[in-house]
Amino acid sequence: MTEDNSYREAVAAGMLASEESHRALLQSIVDVARAIFGAKASSIFLLDTATDELVFEAVSGEGEGDLVGMRIPSSTGIAGWVLVTGQPIVIDDLQRDPRFARQAAERTGYVPKGLMAVPLVNGETTLGVLQVLDRSQGRAFSLGEIDLLILFANQAAIGLDLLQTARRARAVLEGGDGRGALVARLAELLERADDDGRGAQLLTALEAVLRRDARG
Amino acid sequence: MNPDLPAWSLTADAVESIAIASQWPERVTRDWAIGGATGKDVDVCILDSGVDGDHPLVGGLESAVAVVFEDNETRIVPDDVGDVVGHGSACAGIVRALAPECRLHSVRVLGSGNTGTGDLILAGLEHAIEQGYNVVNMSLSTTRRRFAELLHDLADSAYFQGTVLVASAHNMPVESYPWRFSSVISVGSHEGTDSWEWYANPKPPVEFFARGLDVDVAWSEGSTIRCTGNSFAAPHIAGLSALVLSKHPGLTPFQLKSVLYLTASNTGGSE
Repeated sequence: MTEDNSYREAVAAGMLASEESHRALLQSIVDVARAIFGAKASSIFLLDTATDELVFEAVSGEGEGDLVGMRIPSSTGIAGWVLVTGQPIVIDDLQRDPRFARQAAERTGYVPKGLMAVPLVNGETTLGVLQVLDRSQGRAFSLGEIDLLILFANQAAIGLDLLQTARRARAVLEGGDGRGALVARLAELLERADDDGRGAQLLTALEAVLRRDARG
Repeated sequence: MNPDLPAWSLTADAVESIAIASQWPERVTRDWAIGGATGKDVDVCILDSGVDGDHPLVGGLESAVAVVFEDNETRIVPDDVGDVVGHGSACAGIVRALAPECRLHSVRVLGSGNTGTGDLILAGLEHAIEQGYNVVNMSLSTTRRRFAELLHDLADSAYFQGTVLVASAHNMPVESYPWRFSSVISVGSHEGTDSWEWYANPKPPVEFFARGLDVDVAWSEGSTIRCTGNSFAAPHIAGLSALVLSKHPGLTPFQLKSVLYLTASNTGGSE
């Protein structure tokens, strides 16, 4: 991406997304996933490509609040397997997996019996893993339930991808120190905080001056 | 015709030299295909998270290597780590249950980070093909398009040399490889709980449906757990392939696929 394109994207994204909306989307995904399956908990790991680690980003239900921010290796354990292979998996008696049980007990003290895990994939990019823990046992499990989780995960991944692009673009906007970044920041401010139109008047006057100079 | 040269064309006087003894029955049945077969002398490779050879359901490994990613390069190294998840052991155990006398090999492509996943799969598959294994189980795929062409070439090489690649289908609305290639046998799950039940799909790209629901499998540290997913359906077809090949050595992947088709639960040859 050229620098100009980055700024253009950054301006667009800056108007779209904030850190709060990113958090809100993640929380909404785990809340809805939990509700769909009547589950005790749901969580999202996102891949941190800079460190090649999976990061616990949101939890709904058991473990809520304790886990966010925790990092695990990206290619070991069940979440790592799902991330790397891109394959969904359902495990029904997870407490019999000694390694998982030990790690879960250390982290939260909550060792789920069952787990459904699907990758969050948008196009070529695998963003992370969505897990649903201890779904309702009231009905017999069917392959249709995995399909439902996959459909939901797909929708979630599209939203997440959009917001992650916005996040990166915002970093460009905030971190840039050239004239392009300054203009991009001004454009964003104009959109967000120029209620009385004085900022726009000032910039219109500046544009007229610069055009005259360019001609002159 | 020079037998050392590839057969680019068939001259009239060479027809006799490629005569194939007719071994095919009038009707291919399961009894003909796998009756009494044990998987003996068939090499099955599990490309996955490693395999715990000591697990009672796995019952021993012939060899184990890992693909590691260091300094942006992949290397094949001997592997004594075992299984970093449990999934590779699960696949190996499924194959062993169906084909008790086959030889199992592990190529571990997990545990070295996610960054080089496509490279790891590629290098692992290349190694498995070079070893000339009869069957390679791949319960994994990559969505990276830049690997598609390379994987496609590898899958074709395997097909022509007589290595059967069995891959779990991706039941997600994404493009992924190598399961979609026609040189690969792709497998999804049905909802039955019989390991001897498999279906041919008249509407590919998923070609077969095998058991993938509520499968009791080998897992980490000697444990067993109950799992569901297409990744458990693929090793069922890998195990069945080992049985067919042990009874009918020398079948090409094309012929093997035909046998699996003719003996599927929905094609009339399942008795």
